[in-house]
Amino acid sequence: MTRFLRCGREAVLAEVDDLDAALALYAALREASLPGVVDLVPAARTVLIRLDPSVTSPREIRVAVSALSVGSADPRQGAVVEIPVVYDGPDLADVAGHLGISPADVIARHTGAAWTVAFGGFAPGFGYLTGGDFDVPRRTSPRTRIPAGSVGLAGRFSGVYPHDSPGGWQLIGSTSATMWDLDRAEPALLVPGARVIFKAVPA
Amino acid sequence: MTVMTVLRPGPLTVFKDAGRPGHAHQGVPPSGAVDRGAYRRANALVGNPPGAAILECTLGGLRVTFDGPVLAVLTGTDAVLTVDGRPGDVEQVVLVPAGAVVAVSQPRQGLRSYFAVRGGFDVPLVLGSRSKDRLAGIGPALGSSVRLLPPDQSDLPLSVHAGLPGDVTLEVDLGPRDDWFTAAAVQTLFSAAYVASPASDSVGLRLEGPALERARTDELPSEGVVRGAVQIPPSGQPIVFQADHPVTGGYPVVAVLTPAAADLAAQVRPGARVRFRRARLVD
Repeated sequence: MTRFLRCGREAVLAEVDDLDAALALYAALREASLPGVVDLVPAARTVLIRLDPSVTSPREIRVAVSALSVGSADPRQGAVVEIPVVYDGPDLADVAGHLGISPADVIARHTGAAWTVAFGGFAPGFGYLTGGDFDVPRRTSPRTRIPAGSVGLAGRFSGVYPHDSPGGWQLIGSTSATMWDLDRAEPALLVPGARVIFKAVPA
Repeated sequence: MTVMTVLRPGPLTVFKDAGRPGHAHQGVPPSGAVDRGAYRRANALVGNPPGAAILECTLGGLRVTFDGPVLAVLTGTDAVLTVDGRPGDVEQVVLVPAGAVVAVSQPRQGLRSYFAVRGGFDVPLVLGSRSKDRLAGIGPALGSSVRLLPPDQSDLPLSVHAGLPGDVTLEVDLGPRDDWFTAAAVQTLFSAAYVASPASDSVGLRLEGPALERARTDELPSEGVVRGAVQIPPSGQPIVFQADHPVTGGYPVVAVLTPAAADLAAQVRPGARVRFRRARLVD
């Protein structure tokens, strides 16, 4: 059931029950290409629909979204992206300790999972990945600089830092894959709906 | 092709245009001019098409010269363009001779001035926009020289100058998360006078004043946010998101400014008093 929340005059915030419903609504909205919709921001249980007020209105969008058929398609049908990872991150041992398993088990669990990009938002090209069997706390003290390509875990999510940035995720490895490249047609390697497989490679 | 040489950029001068919609799914914010009304006015005054790139100058200080004659204008604040030291009027279109030094004066009212030249600046489009997004680090940097685009042949309209804010009252619509706050907190929002903090920037106008008390204390999963969103972090002190806001936010948004109020907010200087008023509901 979609609930519409007022979000100013140039957007509508659609709230649903959970992440799967949010991804399904996002997929349906992309498919529908409603007139006047200029941007879509999927998140954990919402989709923000930004609109051009010279073309449409929040009320028209609410009516149009209510009439969409949502959920018939599996939202997780994006391209499969394979990301090579050297599992030598500074927090690998801490993560293993927290989960009560060995570092080798952490790697097996991370490479064995079928990850999906749920949503972005932290930085251009960053994707929150779901689908793994992890639940680890963030570091109590965030690092001031994490190199681009670092592969991390936080809560139930995994992610890859696209740029050098500060951050509090537990780092288990790093990849040589370019997560963000403005010279690509789609600069972000990971976009919502994409499926991700991590592959362990030697340093 | 006319070339502009930058003699001095000033404290914070960046290229801006109508922004970069359509890339939120890649984590790219909409960005664009912080005061959209002043941005549109600047382009209209020199006969540029909507969407042309201009320079957004926070607190003046820009000095440039051109190798050919150009029409230029400054909007948004009470700052003016001086040409070889001679000041023009507020939002007056001036003809700048080749070689003359054009400077943007310090505004006494308002914060962000918009410097447009006829034709617009020929800087590269990044993801469809010439805006510099300071948060995402995307967009053209202001170098030492910039080429201008050839003007189209449209007529020049007459100058219309809007009033400038000192202390402001910003109209808002409640939501999306006003139900996360107590009724008393919502009343406080509409009765208190906040003060604009010096920590404000093109990402957010940060306000200091009475804290808004939450009715719900659980954690809000991050969700998409808009320009003009009034977000309440754990400190209870409101942050009004401006053009370079992040794509998502993790704290509840109690209300959203009307588009006109968001333009007013762009000109609020540190120390100014800010009040909120409920806008008449339209749908």
